[in-house]
Amino acid sequence: MGGLVHFSSRSGNTGRFVAAVGVPSDRIPIAADDDLPMPAAPYILICPTFADGEGRGAVPKQVIRFLNDPARRALIRGVIGMGNRNFGATFALAGRVIAGKCDVPLLDRIELAGTTNDVARVRAGLARFWGTVPMAQTGKLECLTTA
Amino acid sequence: MKDIQTTRAIPRAINWNRLQDDKDLEVWNRLTVNFWLPEKVPLSNDVQSWATLRPEERELTIRVFTGLTLLDTIQNSLGAPALLADAQTPHEEAVLTNIAFMEAVHARSYSSIFSTLCLTRDVDEAFRWSEDNPHLQAKARLILDEYDAGADPMRRKIASVFLESFLFYSGFYLPMYWSSRAKLTNTADLIRLIIRDEAIHGYYIGYKFQRAAERLSQAERDALKDFAFSLMFDLYEIETKYTEELYDGIGLTEDVKAFLHYNANKALQNLGYEGLFPPAVCEVNPAILAALSPDSENHDFFSGSGSSYVIGKAVATEDEDWDF
Repeated sequence: MGGLVHFSSRSGNTGRFVAAVGVPSDRIPIAADDDLPMPAAPYILICPTFADGEGRGAVPKQVIRFLNDPARRALIRGVIGMGNRNFGATFALAGRVIAGKCDVPLLDRIELAGTTNDVARVRAGLARFWGTVPMAQTGKLECLTTA
Repeated sequence: MKDIQTTRAIPRAINWNRLQDDKDLEVWNRLTVNFWLPEKVPLSNDVQSWATLRPEERELTIRVFTGLTLLDTIQNSLGAPALLADAQTPHEEAVLTNIAFMEAVHARSYSSIFSTLCLTRDVDEAFRWSEDNPHLQAKARLILDEYDAGADPMRRKIASVFLESFLFYSGFYLPMYWSSRAKLTNTADLIRLIIRDEAIHGYYIGYKFQRAAERLSQAERDALKDFAFSLMFDLYEIETKYTEELYDGIGLTEDVKAFLHYNANKALQNLGYEGLFPPAVCEVNPAILAALSPDSENHDFFSGSGSSYVIGKAVATEDEDWDF
Protein backbone atom coordinates (compact mmCIF):
# COMPACT_ATOMS: atom_id res chain seq x y z
CA MET A 1 0.00 0.00 0.00
CA GLY A 2 1.24 3.45 -0.91
CA GLY A 3 1.50 6.33 1.44
CA LEU A 4 -0.26 9.55 2.34
CA VAL A 5 0.98 13.11 2.36
CA HIS A 6 -1.13 15.94 3.73
CA PHE A 7 -1.11 19.61 4.57
CA SER A 8 -3.14 21.08 7.41
CA SER A 9 -3.20 24.72 8.46
CA ARG A 10 -3.45 25.69 12.10
CA SER A 11 -7.22 25.29 12.06
CA GLY A 12 -6.42 21.57 11.88
CA ASN A 13 -9.39 20.18 9.92
CA THR A 14 -7.32 18.15 7.45
CA GLY A 15 -5.03 16.94 10.25
CA ARG A 16 -8.06 15.70 12.22
CA PHE A 17 -9.40 13.91 9.15
CA VAL A 18 -6.07 12.21 8.43
CA ALA A 19 -5.79 11.14 12.08
CA ALA A 20 -9.29 9.63 11.91
CA VAL A 21 -8.44 7.69 8.74
CA GLY A 22 -5.56 6.25 10.75
CA VAL A 23 -3.07 5.71 7.93
CA PRO A 24 0.43 7.11 8.58
CA SER A 25 0.90 10.35 6.68
CA ASP A 26 3.76 12.75 6.04
CA ARG A 27 2.76 16.30 6.93
CA ILE A 28 3.91 19.19 4.77
CA PRO A 29 5.03 21.82 7.32
CA ILE A 30 3.26 25.16 7.82
CA ALA A 31 6.47 27.20 8.12
CA ALA A 32 7.93 28.01 4.70
CA ASP A 33 11.52 27.35 5.80
CA ASP A 34 10.93 23.98 7.50
CA ASP A 35 12.18 20.84 5.74
CA LEU A 36 9.74 19.18 3.34
CA PRO A 37 9.05 15.46 3.79
CA MET A 38 10.49 13.16 1.12
CA PRO A 39 8.03 10.35 0.45
CA ALA A 40 9.71 6.95 0.10
CA ALA A 41 6.97 5.51 -2.10
CA PRO A 42 4.03 6.60 -4.28
CA TYR A 43 1.50 8.58 -2.28
CA ILE A 44 -1.91 10.20 -2.30
CA LEU A 45 -2.01 13.86 -1.35
CA ILE A 46 -4.74 15.24 0.94
CA CYS A 47 -5.01 19.00 0.60
CA PRO A 48 -7.31 21.71 2.01
CA THR A 49 -8.66 24.58 -0.11
CA PHE A 50 -8.13 28.28 0.56
CA ALA A 51 -9.62 29.81 -2.60
CA ASP A 52 -11.14 33.26 -2.78
CA GLY A 53 -14.49 33.79 -4.50
CA GLU A 54 -12.82 33.64 -7.93
CA GLY A 55 -10.90 30.45 -7.17
CA ARG A 56 -7.53 32.17 -6.78
CA GLY A 57 -5.08 30.83 -4.25
CA ALA A 58 -6.91 27.51 -3.84
CA VAL A 59 -3.76 25.44 -3.22
CA PRO A 60 -1.71 26.45 -0.15
CA LYS A 61 1.73 27.81 -1.04
CA GLN A 62 3.40 25.15 1.10
CA VAL A 63 1.80 22.44 -1.06
CA ILE A 64 2.85 24.18 -4.28
CA ARG A 65 6.40 24.34 -2.92
CA PHE A 66 6.26 20.58 -2.25
CA LEU A 67 4.89 19.75 -5.73
CA ASN A 68 7.33 22.06 -7.50
CA ASP A 69 10.07 19.57 -6.66
CA PRO A 70 10.13 17.06 -9.59
CA ALA A 71 11.27 14.15 -7.38
CA ARG A 72 8.44 14.63 -4.90
CA ARG A 73 5.89 15.32 -7.64
CA ALA A 74 6.86 12.15 -9.53
CA LEU A 75 5.42 9.96 -6.78
CA ILE A 76 1.92 11.48 -6.52
CA ARG A 77 -0.79 9.07 -7.68
CA GLY A 78 -3.99 10.80 -6.66
CA VAL A 79 -5.42 13.67 -4.63
CA ILE A 80 -8.21 14.15 -2.09
CA GLY A 81 -9.53 17.70 -1.89
CA MET A 82 -10.73 19.14 1.42
CA GLY A 83 -13.10 22.09 1.63
CA ASN A 84 -16.56 23.32 2.48
CA ARG A 85 -19.55 23.00 0.17
CA ASN A 86 -20.63 26.46 1.36
CA PHE A 87 -17.99 27.90 -0.94
CA GLY A 88 -20.11 26.86 -3.91
CA ALA A 89 -18.27 26.31 -7.18
CA THR A 90 -14.88 26.48 -5.46
CA PHE A 91 -15.74 23.60 -3.06
CA ALA A 92 -12.54 21.53 -2.55
CA LEU A 93 -11.06 23.31 -5.56
CA ALA A 94 -7.48 22.56 -4.45
CA GLY A 95 -8.15 18.91 -5.28
CA ARG A 96 -9.21 19.75 -8.82
CA VAL A 97 -6.32 22.13 -9.38
CA ILE A 98 -3.73 19.59 -8.22
CA ALA A 99 -5.39 16.77 -10.21
CA GLY A 100 -5.20 18.94 -13.32
CA LYS A 101 -1.65 20.14 -12.72
CA CYS A 102 -0.23 16.69 -11.92
CA ASP A 103 -2.51 14.66 -14.23
CA VAL A 104 -3.71 12.37 -11.44
CA PRO A 105 -7.29 11.47 -10.41
CA LEU A 106 -9.30 13.50 -7.92
CA LEU A 107 -10.27 10.64 -5.62
CA ASP A 108 -12.65 12.30 -3.22
CA ARG A 109 -13.78 15.60 -1.76
CA ILE A 110 -14.29 15.98 1.97
CA GLU A 111 -15.94 18.78 3.97
CA LEU A 112 -14.04 20.28 6.93
CA ALA A 113 -12.70 17.40 9.08
CA GLY A 114 -14.95 14.79 7.44
CA THR A 115 -17.72 12.60 8.82
CA THR A 116 -17.50 8.99 10.01
CA ASN A 117 -18.89 8.01 6.59
CA ASP A 118 -16.13 9.98 4.87
CA VAL A 119 -13.49 8.26 6.99
CA ALA A 120 -14.84 4.78 6.19
CA ARG A 121 -15.17 5.57 2.47
CA VAL A 122 -11.63 6.93 2.21
CA ARG A 123 -10.16 4.00 4.17
CA ALA A 124 -11.87 1.53 1.84
CA GLY A 125 -11.05 3.66 -1.21
CA LEU A 126 -7.35 3.79 -0.36
CA ALA A 127 -7.16 0.02 0.07
CA ARG A 128 -9.01 -0.48 -3.20
CA PHE A 129 -6.85 2.09 -5.00
CA TRP A 130 -3.52 0.63 -3.95
CA GLY A 131 -4.88 -2.90 -4.48
CA THR A 132 -5.81 -2.24 -8.09
CA VAL A 133 -2.94 -0.01 -9.12
CA PRO A 134 0.54 -1.51 -9.29
CA MET A 135 2.96 0.89 -7.62
CA ALA A 136 4.94 1.40 -10.78
CA GLN A 137 1.94 2.63 -12.76
CA THR A 138 0.76 6.17 -12.77
CA GLY A 139 -2.86 5.41 -11.99
CA LYS A 140 -4.58 5.79 -15.31
CA LEU A 141 -8.32 5.65 -15.85
CA GLU A 142 -8.54 2.03 -17.13
CA CYS A 143 -7.09 0.63 -13.95
CA LEU A 144 -9.65 2.19 -11.69
CA THR A 145 -13.05 1.68 -13.21
CA THR A 146 -13.53 -1.96 -12.23
CA ALA A 147 -13.46 -1.72 -8.47
CA MET B 1 -7.36 62.53 35.81
CA LYS B 2 -3.71 61.71 36.18
CA ASP B 3 -4.61 58.14 37.19
CA ILE B 4 -6.66 57.57 34.03
CA GLN B 5 -3.79 58.78 31.89
CA THR B 6 -1.31 56.43 33.48
CA THR B 7 -3.53 53.33 33.40
CA ARG B 8 -4.58 53.67 29.77
CA ALA B 9 -2.59 51.32 27.55
CA ILE B 10 -0.43 53.00 24.94
CA PRO B 11 -2.52 53.40 21.77
CA ARG B 12 -0.80 51.37 19.09
CA ALA B 13 -1.07 51.65 15.30
CA ILE B 14 -1.76 48.40 13.52
CA ASN B 15 1.19 47.04 11.53
CA TRP B 16 0.13 44.49 8.92
CA ASN B 17 3.78 43.72 8.22
CA ARG B 18 4.25 42.34 11.74
CA LEU B 19 1.77 39.51 12.21
CA GLN B 20 1.30 37.51 15.40
CA ASP B 21 -1.05 35.11 13.61
CA ASP B 22 -0.83 34.49 9.83
CA LYS B 23 -4.49 33.40 9.83
CA ASP B 24 -5.54 37.04 10.41
CA LEU B 25 -4.05 38.19 7.10
CA GLU B 26 -5.21 35.08 5.26
CA VAL B 27 -8.81 35.62 6.36
CA TRP B 28 -8.64 39.41 5.86
CA ASN B 29 -7.55 38.80 2.26
CA ARG B 30 -10.33 36.29 1.63
CA LEU B 31 -13.01 38.54 3.10
CA THR B 32 -11.93 41.69 1.31
CA VAL B 33 -11.53 39.97 -2.09
CA ASN B 34 -14.99 38.43 -1.63
CA PHE B 35 -16.63 41.80 -0.82
CA TRP B 36 -19.94 42.33 -2.61
CA LEU B 37 -23.13 44.39 -2.47
CA PRO B 38 -26.68 43.29 -3.28
CA GLU B 39 -26.79 45.72 -6.22
CA LYS B 40 -24.39 43.32 -7.97
CA VAL B 41 -27.13 40.66 -8.23
CA PRO B 42 -29.94 41.17 -10.82
CA LEU B 43 -32.76 40.39 -8.39
CA SER B 44 -35.38 41.92 -10.69
CA ASN B 45 -34.94 38.90 -12.99
CA ASP B 46 -36.81 36.94 -10.31
CA VAL B 47 -39.99 39.03 -10.53
CA GLN B 48 -41.71 36.62 -12.92
CA SER B 49 -40.59 33.60 -10.93
CA TRP B 50 -41.90 35.18 -7.72
CA ALA B 51 -45.31 35.52 -9.36
CA THR B 52 -45.43 31.74 -9.92
CA LEU B 53 -45.21 31.02 -6.17
CA ARG B 54 -48.45 30.29 -4.35
CA PRO B 55 -49.47 32.88 -1.71
CA GLU B 56 -48.49 30.58 1.18
CA GLU B 57 -45.11 29.94 -0.47
CA ARG B 58 -44.53 33.69 -0.75
CA GLU B 59 -45.49 34.21 2.88
CA LEU B 60 -43.11 31.43 3.94
CA THR B 61 -40.26 32.91 1.89
CA ILE B 62 -40.73 36.41 3.29
CA ARG B 63 -40.89 35.05 6.86
CA VAL B 64 -37.76 32.95 6.36
CA PHE B 65 -35.87 35.97 5.04
CA THR B 66 -37.12 38.11 7.91
CA GLY B 67 -35.80 35.53 10.37
CA LEU B 68 -32.43 35.59 8.62
CA THR B 69 -32.46 39.39 8.74
CA LEU B 70 -32.86 39.25 12.51
CA LEU B 71 -29.82 36.99 12.93
CA ASP B 72 -27.71 39.20 10.64
CA THR B 73 -28.83 42.28 12.54
CA ILE B 74 -27.76 40.72 15.85
CA GLN B 75 -24.42 39.63 14.46
CA ASN B 76 -23.79 43.06 12.90
CA SER B 77 -24.65 45.26 15.85
CA LEU B 78 -23.91 43.00 18.82
CA GLY B 79 -22.23 39.68 17.96
CA ALA B 80 -19.14 40.63 16.02
CA PRO B 81 -18.57 43.86 18.04
CA ALA B 82 -18.80 41.83 21.28
CA LEU B 83 -15.91 39.66 20.07
CA LEU B 84 -13.70 42.75 19.63
CA ALA B 85 -13.04 43.02 23.36
CA ASP B 86 -11.56 39.51 23.37
CA ALA B 87 -9.36 39.90 20.29
CA GLN B 88 -5.82 38.65 20.80
CA THR B 89 -4.20 40.67 18.00
CA PRO B 90 -4.90 44.06 16.39
CA HIS B 91 -5.36 42.25 13.07
CA GLU B 92 -8.08 40.11 14.60
CA GLU B 93 -9.88 43.32 15.55
CA ALA B 94 -9.67 44.49 11.93
CA VAL B 95 -11.06 41.18 10.66
CA LEU B 96 -13.92 41.35 13.18
CA THR B 97 -14.92 44.82 12.04
CA ASN B 98 -15.02 43.50 8.47
CA ILE B 99 -17.23 40.64 9.64
CA ALA B 100 -19.51 43.09 11.46
CA PHE B 101 -19.87 45.25 8.37
CA MET B 102 -20.60 42.33 6.05
CA GLU B 103 -23.38 41.22 8.41
CA ALA B 104 -24.91 44.66 7.83
CA VAL B 105 -24.62 44.07 4.06
CA HIS B 106 -26.39 40.73 4.49
CA ALA B 107 -29.19 42.24 6.56
CA ARG B 108 -29.53 45.01 4.00
CA SER B 109 -29.69 42.44 1.15
CA TYR B 110 -32.93 40.90 2.39
CA SER B 111 -34.55 44.31 2.19
CA SER B 112 -33.32 44.56 -1.42
CA ILE B 113 -35.04 41.25 -2.16
CA PHE B 114 -38.21 42.51 -0.46
CA SER B 115 -38.32 45.83 -2.29
CA THR B 116 -37.74 44.07 -5.63
CA LEU B 117 -40.20 41.20 -5.27
CA CYS B 118 -42.71 41.84 -2.51
CA LEU B 119 -45.59 44.05 -1.46
CA THR B 120 -44.80 46.43 1.38
CA ARG B 121 -47.76 45.29 3.48
CA ASP B 122 -46.65 41.63 3.22
CA VAL B 123 -43.15 42.55 4.34
CA ASP B 124 -44.42 44.68 7.20
CA GLU B 125 -46.57 41.75 8.32
CA ALA B 126 -43.50 39.47 8.29
CA PHE B 127 -41.45 41.87 10.40
CA ARG B 128 -44.31 41.95 12.93
CA TRP B 129 -44.36 38.13 12.79
CA SER B 130 -40.62 38.01 13.54
CA GLU B 131 -41.12 40.05 16.71
CA ASP B 132 -43.93 37.80 17.90
CA ASN B 133 -42.63 34.39 16.88
CA PRO B 134 -41.64 32.59 20.11
CA HIS B 135 -39.09 30.26 18.51
CA LEU B 136 -37.26 32.95 16.58
CA GLN B 137 -37.19 35.15 19.66
CA ALA B 138 -36.06 32.26 21.87
CA LYS B 139 -33.03 31.41 19.74
CA ALA B 140 -32.09 35.09 19.48
CA ARG B 141 -32.28 35.40 23.28
CA LEU B 142 -30.15 32.31 23.90
CA ILE B 143 -27.40 33.77 21.73
CA LEU B 144 -27.75 37.30 23.12
CA ASP B 145 -27.35 35.99 26.69
CA GLU B 146 -23.85 34.84 25.73
CA TYR B 147 -23.05 38.14 24.00
CA ASP B 148 -23.79 40.21 27.12
CA ALA B 149 -20.96 42.27 28.50
CA GLY B 150 -19.22 40.32 31.23
CA ALA B 151 -20.08 36.97 29.68
CA ASP B 152 -17.29 34.43 29.20
CA PRO B 153 -15.19 35.17 26.06
CA MET B 154 -14.97 31.49 25.10
CA ARG B 155 -18.71 30.91 25.47
CA ARG B 156 -19.27 34.03 23.40
CA LYS B 157 -17.21 32.53 20.57
CA ILE B 158 -19.15 29.26 20.80
CA ALA B 159 -22.45 31.15 20.53
CA SER B 160 -21.12 33.18 17.62
CA VAL B 161 -20.00 30.08 15.69
CA PHE B 162 -23.40 28.46 16.28
CA LEU B 163 -25.15 31.54 14.92
CA GLU B 164 -22.88 31.75 11.86
CA SER B 165 -22.66 28.02 11.08
CA PHE B 166 -25.92 26.52 12.38
CA LEU B 167 -28.80 28.92 13.06
CA PHE B 168 -28.90 30.41 9.57
CA TYR B 169 -29.51 27.09 7.87
CA SER B 170 -33.18 26.55 8.66
CA GLY B 171 -33.55 29.69 6.55
CA PHE B 172 -30.90 29.11 3.89
CA TYR B 173 -32.60 25.82 3.04
CA LEU B 174 -35.55 27.52 1.35
CA PRO B 175 -33.76 29.57 -1.36
CA MET B 176 -31.61 26.49 -2.12
CA TYR B 177 -34.84 24.48 -2.45
CA TRP B 178 -36.38 27.07 -4.79
CA SER B 179 -33.16 27.20 -6.79
CA SER B 180 -33.19 23.40 -7.19
CA ARG B 181 -36.67 23.82 -8.77
CA ALA B 182 -35.37 26.60 -11.05
CA LYS B 183 -37.22 29.28 -9.05
CA LEU B 184 -35.82 32.55 -7.64
CA THR B 185 -32.41 31.66 -9.06
CA ASN B 186 -30.99 35.18 -8.80
CA THR B 187 -32.09 35.41 -5.19
CA ALA B 188 -30.30 32.09 -4.66
CA ASP B 189 -27.15 33.58 -6.18
CA LEU B 190 -27.28 36.36 -3.59
CA ILE B 191 -27.91 33.88 -0.75
CA ARG B 192 -24.90 31.84 -1.89
CA LEU B 193 -22.75 34.96 -1.46
CA ILE B 194 -24.05 35.25 2.10
CA ILE B 195 -23.44 31.53 2.73
CA ARG B 196 -19.86 31.90 1.50
CA ASP B 197 -19.24 34.81 3.88
CA GLU B 198 -20.81 33.03 6.86
CA ALA B 199 -18.62 29.99 6.17
CA ILE B 200 -15.49 32.12 6.55
CA HIS B 201 -16.89 33.85 9.65
CA GLY B 202 -17.68 30.53 11.36
CA TYR B 203 -14.31 29.11 10.37
CA TYR B 204 -12.37 32.12 11.66
CA ILE B 205 -14.18 32.55 14.96
CA GLY B 206 -13.96 28.78 15.49
CA TYR B 207 -10.25 28.91 14.75
CA LYS B 208 -9.73 31.69 17.31
CA PHE B 209 -11.71 29.62 19.80
CA GLN B 210 -9.40 26.65 19.25
CA ARG B 211 -6.27 28.77 19.64
CA ALA B 212 -7.54 30.27 22.88
CA ALA B 213 -8.57 26.83 24.17
CA GLU B 214 -4.97 25.62 23.76
CA ARG B 215 -4.02 27.89 26.65
CA LEU B 216 -6.64 26.46 29.04
CA SER B 217 -6.42 23.53 31.43
CA GLN B 218 -7.99 20.19 30.49
CA ALA B 219 -10.73 20.76 33.07
CA GLU B 220 -11.58 24.14 31.56
CA ARG B 221 -11.61 22.68 28.05
CA ASP B 222 -13.91 19.87 29.20
CA ALA B 223 -16.30 22.37 30.78
CA LEU B 224 -16.40 24.41 27.56
CA LYS B 225 -17.12 21.34 25.48
CA ASP B 226 -19.98 20.41 27.82
CA PHE B 227 -21.33 23.92 27.48
CA ALA B 228 -21.04 23.84 23.67
CA PHE B 229 -22.91 20.56 23.27
CA SER B 230 -25.53 21.65 25.78
CA LEU B 231 -26.09 24.96 23.96
CA MET B 232 -26.29 23.08 20.67
CA PHE B 233 -28.98 20.80 22.14
CA ASP B 234 -30.98 23.81 23.36
CA LEU B 235 -30.69 25.63 20.03
CA TYR B 236 -31.51 22.46 18.12
CA GLU B 237 -34.67 21.96 20.13
CA ILE B 238 -35.80 25.47 19.25
CA GLU B 239 -34.78 25.03 15.62
CA THR B 240 -36.87 21.89 15.22
CA LYS B 241 -39.96 23.74 16.47
CA TYR B 242 -39.19 26.74 14.26
CA THR B 243 -38.68 24.40 11.30
CA GLU B 244 -41.93 22.54 11.91
CA GLU B 245 -43.89 25.76 12.20
CA LEU B 246 -42.47 27.11 8.95
CA TYR B 247 -42.16 24.04 6.77
CA ASP B 248 -44.93 21.62 7.84
CA GLY B 249 -47.37 23.37 5.52
CA ILE B 250 -45.19 22.80 2.48
CA GLY B 251 -44.22 19.26 3.53
CA LEU B 252 -40.48 19.87 3.78
CA THR B 253 -39.85 19.61 7.53
CA GLU B 254 -37.95 16.29 7.47
CA ASP B 255 -35.81 17.43 4.57
CA VAL B 256 -34.91 20.64 6.44
CA LYS B 257 -34.09 18.69 9.61
CA ALA B 258 -31.49 16.58 7.78
CA PHE B 259 -29.95 19.86 6.63
CA LEU B 260 -29.97 21.14 10.24
CA HIS B 261 -28.17 18.01 11.50
CA TYR B 262 -25.57 18.27 8.75
CA ASN B 263 -24.90 21.92 9.53
CA ALA B 264 -24.89 21.40 13.30
CA ASN B 265 -22.07 18.89 12.82
CA LYS B 266 -20.17 21.36 10.64
CA ALA B 267 -20.59 24.09 13.25
CA LEU B 268 -19.14 21.78 15.91
CA GLN B 269 -16.23 20.95 13.59
CA ASN B 270 -15.48 24.66 13.27
CA LEU B 271 -14.87 24.59 17.04
CA GLY B 272 -12.61 21.54 16.64
CA TYR B 273 -15.21 19.10 18.00
CA GLU B 274 -16.60 15.91 16.50
CA GLY B 275 -20.10 15.90 15.06
CA LEU B 276 -23.13 15.26 17.26
CA PHE B 277 -25.62 13.77 14.80
CA PRO B 278 -24.95 10.33 13.23
CA PRO B 279 -24.53 10.10 9.43
CA ALA B 280 -27.92 8.40 8.99
CA VAL B 281 -29.80 11.58 9.97
CA CYS B 282 -27.45 13.91 8.06
CA GLU B 283 -28.23 12.71 4.56
CA VAL B 284 -29.11 15.98 2.90
CA ASN B 285 -31.26 15.92 -0.22
CA PRO B 286 -28.75 15.78 -3.11
CA ALA B 287 -30.68 18.51 -4.93
CA ILE B 288 -29.98 20.86 -1.99
CA LEU B 289 -26.29 19.94 -1.94
CA ALA B 290 -26.09 20.56 -5.67
CA ALA B 291 -27.79 23.94 -5.19
CA LEU B 292 -25.22 24.84 -2.53
CA SER B 293 -22.23 24.14 -4.77
CA PRO B 294 -23.34 24.31 -8.39
CA ASP B 295 -20.72 23.83 -11.11
CA SER B 296 -18.41 21.87 -8.86
CA GLU B 297 -17.60 18.44 -10.31
CA ASN B 298 -19.19 15.53 -8.50
CA HIS B 299 -17.70 12.28 -9.81
CA ASP B 300 -15.18 11.39 -7.15
CA PHE B 301 -13.66 7.94 -7.52
CA PHE B 302 -14.12 6.97 -3.87
CA SER B 303 -17.75 8.04 -3.67
CA GLY B 304 -18.78 5.17 -5.92
CA SER B 305 -21.53 7.32 -7.36
CA GLY B 306 -20.29 6.51 -10.83
CA SER B 307 -17.96 4.02 -12.45
CA SER B 308 -15.59 6.70 -13.64
CA TYR B 309 -13.77 9.61 -12.17
CA VAL B 310 -12.67 12.86 -13.69
CA ILE B 311 -9.16 14.00 -14.19
CA GLY B 312 -9.33 17.53 -12.85
CA LYS B 313 -10.32 20.04 -15.49
CA ALA B 314 -7.88 22.84 -16.15
CA VAL B 315 -8.81 25.52 -13.66
CA ALA B 316 -7.74 29.14 -13.59
CA THR B 317 -4.73 29.20 -11.31
CA GLU B 318 -3.29 32.67 -11.59
CA ASP B 319 -0.64 31.66 -9.15
CA GLU B 320 2.90 32.28 -10.32
CA ASP B 321 4.20 30.03 -7.59
CA TRP B 322 3.78 26.92 -9.72
CA ASP B 323 6.99 25.85 -11.49
CA PHE B 324 5.37 23.40 -13.88
